[in-house]
Amino acid sequence: MYAIEAENLVKRYAEHLALNDVSVHVPAQKIYGLLGPNGAGKTTLIRIINRITAPDQGIVRWEGRPMKADDIQHIGYLPEERGLYKKMKVGEQATYLARLKGLSKSDAQKRLNYWFDKFDIGHWRDKKLEELSKGMQQKIQFIITILHEPKLLIFDEPFSGFDPVNAQLLKDEILQLKANGATILFSTHNMASVEEICDSISLIHTSKVVLQGNVEEIRQAHNQGIYRLRIRPTDSLKENPTYQILRSETRHDSMHLRIQKNVDMETGAFLRHLSEHMDIRAFEEELPTMNDIFIQTVQS
Amino acid sequence: MSKLGLIIAREYLTRVRKKSFLLLTFLTPFLLIALIAVPLLLSMVKDDTVKHIAVTDVSGHYFDRLKSNEQYQFRVAPEIFTSYESMKQQDPEAYAYLYIEGNLSNDSSQVRLYSEKQIEMGLKGFLESQLDELARNEKINSYQIPGLKEIIENSSADVRIRTIRWDESGAEKSSSSELAMIIGMISTMIIYIFIFAYGSMVMSGVIEEKTNRIVEIIVSSVKPFELMMGKIIGIAMVGLTQVMLWILLLGGLFLIGGPILQDQLQADQVQTLAGVGTGTMMNDVMPTEQNEMMEMVDVLLNLNLGYLAFWFVLYFLGGYLLYASLFAAVGSAIDNPEDAGQFTLPLTIPVLFALYAGMYSASNPDGPLAFWCSIIPITSPIVMMVRLPFGVPLAQLLLSFGLLVLSFIFTTKLASKIYRTGILMYGKKVSYKELWKWIRYKN
Repeated sequence: MYAIEAENLVKRYAEHLALNDVSVHVPAQKIYGLLGPNGAGKTTLIRIINRITAPDQGIVRWEGRPMKADDIQHIGYLPEERGLYKKMKVGEQATYLARLKGLSKSDAQKRLNYWFDKFDIGHWRDKKLEELSKGMQQKIQFIITILHEPKLLIFDEPFSGFDPVNAQLLKDEILQLKANGATILFSTHNMASVEEICDSISLIHTSKVVLQGNVEEIRQAHNQGIYRLRIRPTDSLKENPTYQILRSETRHDSMHLRIQKNVDMETGAFLRHLSEHMDIRAFEEELPTMNDIFIQTVQS
Repeated sequence: MSKLGLIIAREYLTRVRKKSFLLLTFLTPFLLIALIAVPLLLSMVKDDTVKHIAVTDVSGHYFDRLKSNEQYQFRVAPEIFTSYESMKQQDPEAYAYLYIEGNLSNDSSQVRLYSEKQIEMGLKGFLESQLDELARNEKINSYQIPGLKEIIENSSADVRIRTIRWDESGAEKSSSSELAMIIGMISTMIIYIFIFAYGSMVMSGVIEEKTNRIVEIIVSSVKPFELMMGKIIGIAMVGLTQVMLWILLLGGLFLIGGPILQDQLQADQVQTLAGVGTGTMMNDVMPTEQNEMMEMVDVLLNLNLGYLAFWFVLYFLGGYLLYASLFAAVGSAIDNPEDAGQFTLPLTIPVLFALYAGMYSASNPDGPLAFWCSIIPITSPIVMMVRLPFGVPLAQLLLSFGLLVLSFIFTTKLASKIYRTGILMYGKKVSYKELWKWIRYKN
């Protein structure tokens, strides 16, 4: 079951092709990462899903059927460039934007009360937005994004501008939203957060999808057979044709090695093979980070 | 409430609740009245100090016949005027020195007035009118025709033309082209100012949303067209509110102030009647002035202010709608208000042209300039206001207004195409070519 599917989207602006046959399938109740360098076409894709712009070709499906105009009521969107009315009071602003998403006035206020209590910021209600610090404004914007309890949340670079404490708070909230049944589509450059919270990703580069799938599967697929070991120090670490030492260093009474295997061998078998030559204290397979995969894919 | 309704309500309420709006709305009528009343009141305050005029009358004809009043008193200068020092020595208290050299009926330039200060206009007029009269009488007497003075006085006639208009049924109505002109000019100016003031309010609202980046959140909830129309309608309602409040306030002030003013006028009249000796001229003037006032009121009542107000509001809205969407489009195309100039110019020129056309049309409200400019939509909201108090055939009004409606529908469509692309476009210097491209994007 997919929450939203974009099928063969093409969007052409006068000079350039912003999306070139892009298909993205976002599974329901999962966190889906949209990665890609600046100008790759992520924002265009997000705008098409939000029905801010229409694609030249292709179709967007919402819960399996072609998307309708009313479906945007169930989307919460946090754009990369944050912004609210500076001179409007926080409470009024949140209520107004929630009502534009189809919430009744009383519902909007009830839910706002809940979130204000939860974050303990009720005293901000009658402040103008411009009186708050940037971090506070971000919090307000986050609340506004989720106030109408959308089924699909679209976060464009959600962690930019948050301090570590608030970033953690945000991460927890995102995971909570997922647990409550929301689908989350988020666009980011922050690869650490991708590994941490995304279930699947699409990597968009020069208007095309160049890599797509489950995060763990992608990392496995890009596995380059690199292992980290801690062994008892030995002088006679012989050259071995089955692996190549990338780095070695002795700390305290242990030797730390980072090696890459040269043979096609299962990890278990490789471990047994190694233990014949050395006294292994710790052994760990090193999967490539999403960061490495990102750079590698984009550069190739 | 519909989404459009929500947007209209927000745009309206945020502006109406602003302190600057309240101040402007409530102070303007008072300022307007103060602007008229203060100079009037100041002129009514009389200068109590008596000023002496030392007179040297070489001809000997005039001094005895000069009449002093409360403010200016004549006295003979002790010695014939020779120089500044001599005069200062002999009559240092005098405010001014009048030196009459010879017979004014032969050479009216033989009189000079000296003072250390800038001579007051009032004094100069006071002297001129008296000496004028004396010299004239002298001249009349010199013809030696018995009763000539009376003949001349009887032969002077003050012709006043009452203008009367026939309506369709031939009934008579007093009309005043001066008053019609004044009303036309005022409503033209108001519409002109409102198109600019509220048009730029729309523009800055769009720029605010664009630079705040909130626009992206809003257009993920509503269509860009709804956002634009919500803003335009909301601000139109702000304008209407302001006009209505002004009408109410001014009306109220006149209701309260009118009787007071009337009392004042009557009191003044009694006073001048009491002081017969000093104000012979005033007595002649007062009744006709009052007649004129009565006539004005008559004319004003005949103008059918309700009818004028009805069309004023329609043209005000039509003109505003015609330009507001274009202002919104300009706002959407730029990133900051400083860049607005190059795109607002094509909007400013027709509006300014309309204002000038309106001014010229006032003197010839049925001429070809007035006619065409009041039919063509880009100028009609402004120029029609000048023609309206003079009476415009209903067919012309309907044609003109119909064209205006059609063209604001057209400009709104055009503007919305620029708007929906522009609001999401950042950091790009936009050219007219680019705008044309946006208009042709299909969506």
